[in-house]
Amino acid sequence: MTYARYVYIWLALLLLTAITVTTADLNLGRVAIIVVLAIATVKSVLVLLYFMHLRWEKRLVLKLLVPIAIATLAIFIGLTFTDVMNR
Amino acid sequence: MEARENSVHARIGMWLFLLSEILIFGGLFLLYAVYRAKHPGDFHAASLELSRFDGTLNTAILLTSSLTAVLAIFSLQELNKPKRAIAFLAATIGLGGAFLVVKGFEWAAKFEHGLYPRAEHLLQLPPGQILYFGLYFTMTGLHALHVIIGMGVLSVLLSFVARGKATQERSAALENGGLYWHLVDIIWIFLFPLFYLIS
Repeated sequence: MTYARYVYIWLALLLLTAITVTTADLNLGRVAIIVVLAIATVKSVLVLLYFMHLRWEKRLVLKLLVPIAIATLAIFIGLTFTDVMNR
Repeated sequence: MEARENSVHARIGMWLFLLSEILIFGGLFLLYAVYRAKHPGDFHAASLELSRFDGTLNTAILLTSSLTAVLAIFSLQELNKPKRAIAFLAATIGLGGAFLVVKGFEWAAKFEHGLYPRAEHLLQLPPGQILYFGLYFTMTGLHALHVIIGMGVLSVLLSFVARGKATQERSAALENGGLYWHLVDIIWIFLFPLFYLIS
């Protein structure tokens, strides 16, 4: 094992940053927010899996904690919007 | 990988703490989502005040600091090279400092344009823009506080490695410090497009 694996992930993260900055200038309208959030999610997953070692984690409880946090947040945000958008 | 198995309890505690951190920022992201949905035009206009260059530069700095953090852990855990781990930790702390310097210049520029909480100029802007800058200062400020704390944690860990308190066999503390640093990076990964790249 060498440093190379981590350097590749870092290069991928920089490339995704460049892509997200570039797409911000194309007038994508309503799709733009979905594109930047999708790219941010991919970047986060790369950090979680490789830099935070979740890819090699054997304990199920640790693998599940982040999805649980994200699901909780999605419920908070989703339910709040059903209220805010229907006033 | 045996050292990793032994540190499993420390890791579970750390991940639970990170989960609570995600929910703290989650509340702020929720506020952001609602206000942006209500004032899309104001949010776009206000975001033009931010320097996209500074934001992109800081993203690159923080991503690089995450790389050096993980290389520090790898150097100690897998290669058993404490000196190299110290060098990578010092680089991580330095990059954290660079992030704060760029952030400081950014905030100073906002202050000069009369954009700071309760500034007269700011209060005359449309309500959506006031909300945007309120969220901007709160969320990037809370994030910067996390960077400062992370630099403190990594400095302590650096001294642990230097004094032989953290070694290849006892690397749980270093690994958890790294997890904290990466979480701070992930939060920035979302803050950056949400504040700097609104089209």
